[in-house]
Amino acid sequence: MASLLHQIRHQSVTIDRPLPLDSGQALPSVTIAYQSYGTLDADRSNAVLVCHALTGDQYVASDHPATGKPGWWARMVGPGKPVDTDRYFVLCANVLGSCMGTSGPATPDAATGAPLGMAFPVITIADMVRAQAMLLDHLGIARLHAVIGGSMGGMQTLGWAAAYPERLASAVVIASAARHSAQNIAFHEVGRQAIMADPDWQDGQYYGSDRAPTKGLSVARMAAHITYLSEAGLTEKFGRRLQARDAKSFGFDADFQVESYLRHQGLAFTDRFDANAYLYITRAMDYFDLAEPHDGRLAGAFAKARDVRFTLVSFDTDWLYPTSESRRVVQALQSVGAAASFVELSAPFGHDSFLLDVPALDRLVAGALRNGG
Amino acid sequence: MALRPDLAIIAGAVPAATRVLDVGCGDGDLIAALRDKGVDARGLEIDAANVTAAIARGQSVVHGDANHDLADYPDDAFDYAILSQTLQTTERPDRVIAELLRIAPRAFVSFPNFAHWRVRLALLWNGRMPVTRLLPVAWYETPNIHHVTVADFRDLVRARGIGVEAAWYLSGDKPTSAAAATWRAEHAIFLISRG
Repeated sequence: MASLLHQIRHQSVTIDRPLPLDSGQALPSVTIAYQSYGTLDADRSNAVLVCHALTGDQYVASDHPATGKPGWWARMVGPGKPVDTDRYFVLCANVLGSCMGTSGPATPDAATGAPLGMAFPVITIADMVRAQAMLLDHLGIARLHAVIGGSMGGMQTLGWAAAYPERLASAVVIASAARHSAQNIAFHEVGRQAIMADPDWQDGQYYGSDRAPTKGLSVARMAAHITYLSEAGLTEKFGRRLQARDAKSFGFDADFQVESYLRHQGLAFTDRFDANAYLYITRAMDYFDLAEPHDGRLAGAFAKARDVRFTLVSFDTDWLYPTSESRRVVQALQSVGAAASFVELSAPFGHDSFLLDVPALDRLVAGALRNGG
Repeated sequence: MALRPDLAIIAGAVPAATRVLDVGCGDGDLIAALRDKGVDARGLEIDAANVTAAIARGQSVVHGDANHDLADYPDDAFDYAILSQTLQTTERPDRVIAELLRIAPRAFVSFPNFAHWRVRLALLWNGRMPVTRLLPVAWYETPNIHHVTVADFRDLVRARGIGVEAAWYLSGDKPTSAAAATWRAEHAIFLISRG
């Protein structure tokens, strides 16, 4: 599975400068895979960086090369859409540590040529942001009209405002948080343990073998997927209905529709994601806490971001990144006097609402971008 | 689009190049008028649909509740705070006013006058809580939980040592005098300041 995934060719650049990491280590050079849409203005002022979520990728508005499915935010990004590619030069880069062409655990070791696996250094959200900034430097883009992202993409967006406040005019943060909570970390640990308990994981050195930890990765995805939904959404979609049968089997087949749905989601995920990348990226999210370097005061992270216009959105059924976490960010922004907008939208889909059809979100994103300059 | 009369008065009275927080800003009509004259205006609004509409207009508006969320703003964050037709819906109007004058040295506060003669007559003749143009909802479902009169408001600011820099009184959207306000004003607008 993983080997097929890694045969895809992605558009990328390799930057032969060291990328310093929060861990104290450094990558001697970094490859960043990205997609772009629209045209960069002559004065290079209309660039919008879209940051993807944990299992997302750079194919924000293009068909996915592995699955053939439309981009994860094709509804939002395109000509005449809220992130209007007729007006903006839209850039989406595969994050550091991922498996769609950017440097990560599948990257070959320069000395041996063998995939690094667990020898790849542990990375953070700030490291991802630093890599994105290197890509922008490479493309000659000094300042962004906006950075926008949901979930982990929202963490990167907040990371941008904290690390490079002078390089962005506007930040749009959807269904996200300035820290990973104990509950968030706990769910991620379940996923990682599922992968590492799979005998096919082989301490991360499965790339050259004909075995990959698809079972572990699939279980990790199943557990995570539950956290992306809401109880009301699951009940509405599946209830306790049985799958392709009239009676319970009194066994451990997927009797219930919800079981069969989760098994499908888990398996399908292994076609487009690498287990080691899942370990690294979930770890990066767990380490995320913007307030930590500022003695626990979140306002400290935004002290230099007063001139950035922030728009935050939460969803009332999102229990993974609840409204209270967005409010915490809004309070910090208000305390430094930054122009902050915030709204809690009502949507039945839980955390996944940011990817689904919520018309109010489209209006918000369009409004936040139009006046962000 | 014409602004509501009390908002038009406030929009005319806020100096250019100031920082303003409009508490209970609705979908942002006043913020739009203030921005046209170069005011850095932001909003706080309780209704998500209104907040969405205001952000879609490019405004900076936070979804929140005046009863609790004013506490998140630091002292002197703004030059003016505005509370239009919202005071009577708050849990503790006196505390909200104190918060307004903490986050800004001056505040515009506007409210429907419950001592207007039509209200007095309705209560006197019918013995029922009045339903009027500015107080259009029956007693059991009204958001207006602290009915207030011009005289009540004057008493409150005096008791708290709050300054009144200006006041406007509207009767049928037309100005009326301060002397006749308790009877004749349907609506009052006060510009108050720290004492």
